[in-house]
Amino acid sequence: MSDIILETRGLTKHYGGVHALSDANFTLRRGEHVAIMGDNGAGKSTFVRQITGVEQPTRGQIIFDGVEQAFDGPIKAREAGIETVFQNLALADDLDVPSNLFLGREKFRFKLGPFSILDKKAMLEATKAALEKTAVKIPSLSNTIRNMSGGQRQCVAIARTAAFKSKLVIMDEPTAALGVQETAQVENIIRTLKEAGEPLILISHNMRQVFDLVDRIVVFRRGRIVANLRKEDTDGQDVVAYITGAKTGSEYEAA
Amino acid sequence: MSKASHGIGGLTYDPAKKAKPPELNVFLALVLITAAFELIGRLFMGDSFLFNTRENVDAIFNWPRLNIIILQVSIVGIIALGVTQVIISGGIDLSSGSIVGATAMITMSFAQTALVNGNPNPKAIFGEWAMDLPVLVPVVVGMCCGLLAGLVNGALIAYTRIPPFIATLGMMVFARGASRWWSNGNPVSFPTESYASIGKGMMPVVIFVSLAILFHLILSQTKYGKHCYAIGSNEQASRMSGIKVNNHKVLVYTIAGILAALAAIVLSSKNLTAQAGMGMMYELDAIAMAVIGGVSLQGGRGSILGTVLGALIFGVIISGFTFLKLDAYYQEMVKGAIIVGAVVLDQWRQQGRAKG
Repeated sequence: MSDIILETRGLTKHYGGVHALSDANFTLRRGEHVAIMGDNGAGKSTFVRQITGVEQPTRGQIIFDGVEQAFDGPIKAREAGIETVFQNLALADDLDVPSNLFLGREKFRFKLGPFSILDKKAMLEATKAALEKTAVKIPSLSNTIRNMSGGQRQCVAIARTAAFKSKLVIMDEPTAALGVQETAQVENIIRTLKEAGEPLILISHNMRQVFDLVDRIVVFRRGRIVANLRKEDTDGQDVVAYITGAKTGSEYEAA
Repeated sequence: MSKASHGIGGLTYDPAKKAKPPELNVFLALVLITAAFELIGRLFMGDSFLFNTRENVDAIFNWPRLNIIILQVSIVGIIALGVTQVIISGGIDLSSGSIVGATAMITMSFAQTALVNGNPNPKAIFGEWAMDLPVLVPVVVGMCCGLLAGLVNGALIAYTRIPPFIATLGMMVFARGASRWWSNGNPVSFPTESYASIGKGMMPVVIFVSLAILFHLILSQTKYGKHCYAIGSNEQASRMSGIKVNNHKVLVYTIAGILAALAAIVLSSKNLTAQAGMGMMYELDAIAMAVIGGVSLQGGRGSILGTVLGALIFGVIISGFTFLKLDAYYQEMVKGAIIVGAVVLDQWRQQGRAKG
């Protein structure tokens, strides 16, 4: 099996006349954590939407886990093993933690079409195991998540990825709306993912966070990948220069 | 907020923080309203609302009254079970009362008996062939009517993206028209004995309670139930999580339609006749029962237990007003006030939660 978990070749997305993403060549190795940075509208989210199946690319290839994929929806991407923590958390406020974790892929005691009997006990146990990985305090697992804090909710969203055997985790600005302590909690989870050898794509605007957590930084600008930098070879100023366009992609080669 | 804990095994949760079941409040309201009638009765009428005061009867409670309390809400209660799952999944169903009317007319036409006191049935809709059919025929025909109406509701809402309010409003008007058209406004009467036995005596209560238990289990223990809450809570998230939201909605409205049809069967059997105006306003009573029982009109919250308690509150109020010999006008006015009050309480509860 190849060392590469995800590769895109010439990935392109046009919205009408707008070239939101042009010719993105991107690779991610197993166990590697990569940050995607760039200004608003640089193409980061567009890129993620293509590889998570939320949108279908205009052109280009996505090779995931050695197989060329054309996801026609986010569920297909999830089934293939790509777990995404979206910016707007995909959680149902009126459900408790286990129900949210297993939303759309419940465990059953007895299969009977839509009226399959839920295996609540197994889901509760799996939830405890998943949340133990994240080291987060939750008031009660059987309460609805409506009155949980932003950090707790974010952790529930992230624990969803831990509850299933994902091959790749993508987080779209996971700490954008969080306080200091909560941000620390989420960053801790990301470190445990690293220790577990799970590959991660992290979209973030936070320079400190990126340098703290990842191995490699990919910079998007105007729909193109303009830099692909190993953390050791670069610094904040350098990255900002690429983001703003003060420095252009002369040093860039497809990794 | 708790301090951030690091490392593996930081999961802690406090069982004391487990939320109270919201049905508790509804139950307390039921007790309170009942107690109020008891008190007013003792003070002003010199009679008890709940307890037996007749010397010649040996019983603690006034059983005839208790039976009537639940009997008079059983049929609308059956509809309310369907409406509950519709509202929980984020929709609304205004068509159930009209479905009752149309289904009752059509069902009764297949349940007629050929001879009434030795004479041919004066209300016969079809010829000889449709007379004295086995009871299963009208029941199946009736349920198919409800299924069809619900299916149309669900398909309109899921695939044309019409708001549920409009789709079911259309069905409400259509089905009422259909029930008038069916026999040119004439009542359909004289069912077979076996059909008449469906809604006899306390049978409506038995049917209502059995269905309530069944739907309680469905909503709390099955995938179907879980997805109702999920879709009502966050439809977008449910879609992204891989729930087939459209299929689910079709199923939800279809089941609501079948339950309305069951109510029609019980009602027409109990009354031994079907009339085009049957079930008028039942949809609103059913919605009111659910709302009083704590089912949130915003979706995602509520339970069958709550709706059953809401139905009982309804029954207690109607019986209480009869007991106090007050006009029916007051009943309507108080019912209206209680519905609004229940929704206001729901809003407050939500705001309280939002503040944390």
